[in-house]
Amino acid sequence: MTAEIKAKLTPLDRPNTYVGRTVSRQGARKAVAGAGQYTDDISLPRMLHAAFVRSPYAHARLTKLDVNAAKTAPGVALVMTGKELAERITAPWLGTLTCFPGMKAAPQYPMVIERACWQGEPVAIVVAQSRALAEDAAELVEIEWQELPAAADKETALDRTTPVIHPDLGDNLAFEKTIGSGDVDAAFKAADIVVEETFRFGRHTAVSLESRAILADYNKPAERLILYTSSQAPHMIQTIYARMLGIPDHNVRIVAPDVGGSFGMKIHSYGDEVATAAASMALGRPVKFIADRLESFVSDIHARENLIKARLAVSRAGDIEAIEIDVLSGAGAYSQYPRTSVFEANQVLTITGGPYRHKHYRAKATVVYMNKVPTSQYRAVGHPIGNSVGESLVDMAAAACGLDPLEIRRRNVMPDDGYPAVTAGGIKVKELSHQKCLAALERRMNYAALRAEQAILRKQGIYRGIGIAAFIKGTAPGPNGYYGIGGAPISLQDACTIRLDPGGGIICAVGVTEQGQGVNTVMGQIAATTLGVPLDQVRVISGDTDATPFGGGTYASRATAIGGEAVLKAAGELRAEILSIAGALLQAPAGSLDIVDGHIVDAGTDRRRISLKEIGRIGHFQLHELPNSVQPRLSVTHRFRLLDDLYILTNGVSGATVDVDTDTGFITLRKAWVVEDCGRIVNPLLADEQVRGGFVQGLGGALYEHCIYDDAAQLVNGTLADYLTPMAGEMPDIDVAHIHTPTSVSELGAKGVGESGTASAPAVVMNAVNDALRPLGARVTEQPMTPEVVLRALGKI
Amino acid sequence: MKPARFHYVRPASIAEAVLLLAEHGEDASILAGGQSLMPVLNMRLSRPRVVVDINRIAKLKGIALADGAVRIGALARHVEVMRSPLIARHLPLIAEAMPNVAHVAVRNRGTFGGSVALADPSAEMPACLLALGGAVVLESTRGRRQVAAEDYFHGLYDTARRPDELLIEALIPPQRPDTLSAFMELSRRHGDFAIAGLACTLRHDAGVIHAPRLVYFGSEPRPVLARTAMAALDGKAWSPATHDAVAAALADDLDPIDNTFGSPAAKLHLQRVVTRRVLDGLPDKARAA
Repeated sequence: MTAEIKAKLTPLDRPNTYVGRTVSRQGARKAVAGAGQYTDDISLPRMLHAAFVRSPYAHARLTKLDVNAAKTAPGVALVMTGKELAERITAPWLGTLTCFPGMKAAPQYPMVIERACWQGEPVAIVVAQSRALAEDAAELVEIEWQELPAAADKETALDRTTPVIHPDLGDNLAFEKTIGSGDVDAAFKAADIVVEETFRFGRHTAVSLESRAILADYNKPAERLILYTSSQAPHMIQTIYARMLGIPDHNVRIVAPDVGGSFGMKIHSYGDEVATAAASMALGRPVKFIADRLESFVSDIHARENLIKARLAVSRAGDIEAIEIDVLSGAGAYSQYPRTSVFEANQVLTITGGPYRHKHYRAKATVVYMNKVPTSQYRAVGHPIGNSVGESLVDMAAAACGLDPLEIRRRNVMPDDGYPAVTAGGIKVKELSHQKCLAALERRMNYAALRAEQAILRKQGIYRGIGIAAFIKGTAPGPNGYYGIGGAPISLQDACTIRLDPGGGIICAVGVTEQGQGVNTVMGQIAATTLGVPLDQVRVISGDTDATPFGGGTYASRATAIGGEAVLKAAGELRAEILSIAGALLQAPAGSLDIVDGHIVDAGTDRRRISLKEIGRIGHFQLHELPNSVQPRLSVTHRFRLLDDLYILTNGVSGATVDVDTDTGFITLRKAWVVEDCGRIVNPLLADEQVRGGFVQGLGGALYEHCIYDDAAQLVNGTLADYLTPMAGEMPDIDVAHIHTPTSVSELGAKGVGESGTASAPAVVMNAVNDALRPLGARVTEQPMTPEVVLRALGKI
Repeated sequence: MKPARFHYVRPASIAEAVLLLAEHGEDASILAGGQSLMPVLNMRLSRPRVVVDINRIAKLKGIALADGAVRIGALARHVEVMRSPLIARHLPLIAEAMPNVAHVAVRNRGTFGGSVALADPSAEMPACLLALGGAVVLESTRGRRQVAAEDYFHGLYDTARRPDELLIEALIPPQRPDTLSAFMELSRRHGDFAIAGLACTLRHDAGVIHAPRLVYFGSEPRPVLARTAMAALDGKAWSPATHDAVAAALADDLDPIDNTFGSPAAKLHLQRVVTRRVLDGLPDKARAA
């Protein structure tokens, strides 16, 4: 390697760097061996178990609630009603953010006080020696309801005949917003061709493998509350519980042990969890609550329920001129605290048509309350919907112009050399790579050969569909976008405290969290590379508010992009200090030294001078060896946040092939491709698996998952026998490739990757299905695309 | 999701078991493979006072050919039935259907008798039993009786078994060498309960079909012997027109239930598609046989 090349390398490009290298996920072996420690695996002395009485009705007034029989049942320690709990909290939640002007929300208490507003809303907590005894006692709670008419349909939620869920709000309208740019009306009037369609997206939920779980341990004499909980944002939970329960923040400790998936669902406040904490405080004993699958379906947040009218204007030559969408978004009974229930609609507005150059855009959202489970952030918030709508319109335009779907995208995407730019939806974008992604996808799919094969198969009566869908994804948000400016107790920055211990070990404590996706591994790779130590010399700690610096946790694909940069900066400072101490010991300028493989070496020759372990020993024990002017800190905290940017926006394009059985309406997924650009990749395997896992989760909503409500707003399929999730047997091979356009907002250059698959899968599969159906004159516009939906589109039933 | 309290008893013999059932009747639930019972217990949808675990009763196990019938013991696990050479040889319909029964883990524990006793409308084995003209043997302290499958399945989870009776075994006449059988189901994901399904047997002679038995499941409250469709097929030759006529006749035989897996119209349509596909495939199967 020439000196010239070497001079250009950053610390991340060093020989033996871990950045850009696949290493296996820490904790994977443990989890596979069944040796993980999830919240439910923790057992504390004197621990009790909670079960909940929940509303069986979507909307009902509580006319009688008698807990006396339950209180005296065997093994019962406490029964607390919603009214009693209300007296133990400082104030109800209010799920609004000031970044959504005009938004209305009703105060929400953790449990029903006098009126239940959704089926599954908690009414009373029963705490007993075992969960079985708690469930026995819960059945003894004498309860009478006066059932009220329910708002079950978003399309009639604002009708005068529909009951108003929260009379103080005047109506069921949560939020209205219109954004736009250019002159939409003129563009549509002048357009050669206008395509339009109405799209429906079913409500679904996260179905994490590990359900919500909390073990609350309140030590009365110490006035200290410890919550072991399956969470992706421990510090946010700390702030919220401290405020809610009237305990100083520093007396609340949140520990998120192993977490079995979260997907955004575990970043919200849940009444049953607050009730569990309050029960522990009332009893001075540990209380555990593990949501079972039945109650998960009626208490975990739901998402995605949207009805969208959309149109697109395109020139005969195939230039997209304008897009207009009108979004009706169906929220639940309350606006979920603290992220609200209007974000999904907001995201649909901003990202629909986001990959393209058109200048005219108008998007209107109306979010309405219904007597259903509250909705909020779930993996890739809004993006699966916005991308499905935008990409369907683009395919319709392509068909109308006689263009190939790939060609119309090549013609209309923002050019790779055209940044910075602003999308018609108003997002400032830079460092995107739509053109490179399209070119890579075409190659990887062998697109022309697929089209040729499709033509042959059509003659044989096989309806093969080929789908293409470009996407953008907002990742790693900054404080000037929503939460920070919106007033929520949600940290948009993240942090790392890194230290050198006497044995030479590096302890790297981070504010972002691990839920099985490999965050700890990635943070360790960045720290080890920056410091110049073997990976096994670094121990990463996350998920404990006592042990980690305050951070936002894991959401919005931010862990590597934000948390990773904090690690990089902190490790860089620690490295500088270690070199300065070494320089004092070795009487050499710090600049002449380097750290390689855990040893201080002469820069250039890599001749070993002293080990990091020796620095640790001297820096902590044999301080007499240091000059008086050197006071070791050997611990550095660094934080990182975006400055002006709303997001670190990412982009990509997906492809899929499907076979549609036009007799049965069944869809067989054959193969999928994702080419995405998440900038610098730290761990290729983990990045690929994020894309694949996310894609499969997106397929869930596209094909299977649906929370089906009847006219009385009763969830009718709240078990895993009736609510279908994607399973391995039906999943296609997913080919993943990356374009690398590092973001300039950080030294690391990483963008988010965790939601890209989810953001694009529904769009690309819908386009593939419609590509198959196009010769039959049929079009599917509803997700999930069940056999019934396909058969109706085909006019077969 | 913990079961309500129940008493657990594990009789060692049929005699002990039927005594328990005589004593507890409707308050007792019989535990065989537990693949359906355990979830409904945990969800408290079922709250028996007594759970009678029959897993230690040796006489309920095994698969054998005796007295001109294949005997499938109530405790024969799905996996045993699936791997049985006897079943493969004498009851190819069941062998063909078995891979559609749930997943490996369920087949390892779930039992033939449990499936027939529960009579889930989407289950495969009740449909096969009916298509094959089999019977079940029921025993109580009052004695033993045999009930033909045609008289056994009454409705949604409703059978001829009385609360004090234990299902001992199924008796199924071996398929004749000139009998053709076929099985097809449509389920959203592999191993799910079927939305539409057909188990059928028939004989054919010089291209003419005789004595077809078409049993539809998945869409109806119970497996349905489609007599109108069967009449449309009996004595006819294979032909698209015949197959269409059989499919059309299903409107008189079936009355699909409406649930989250599809509307009655969609299910009737799917049963017709299954019918055509099964019948279209049979001539090839006949040639191969």
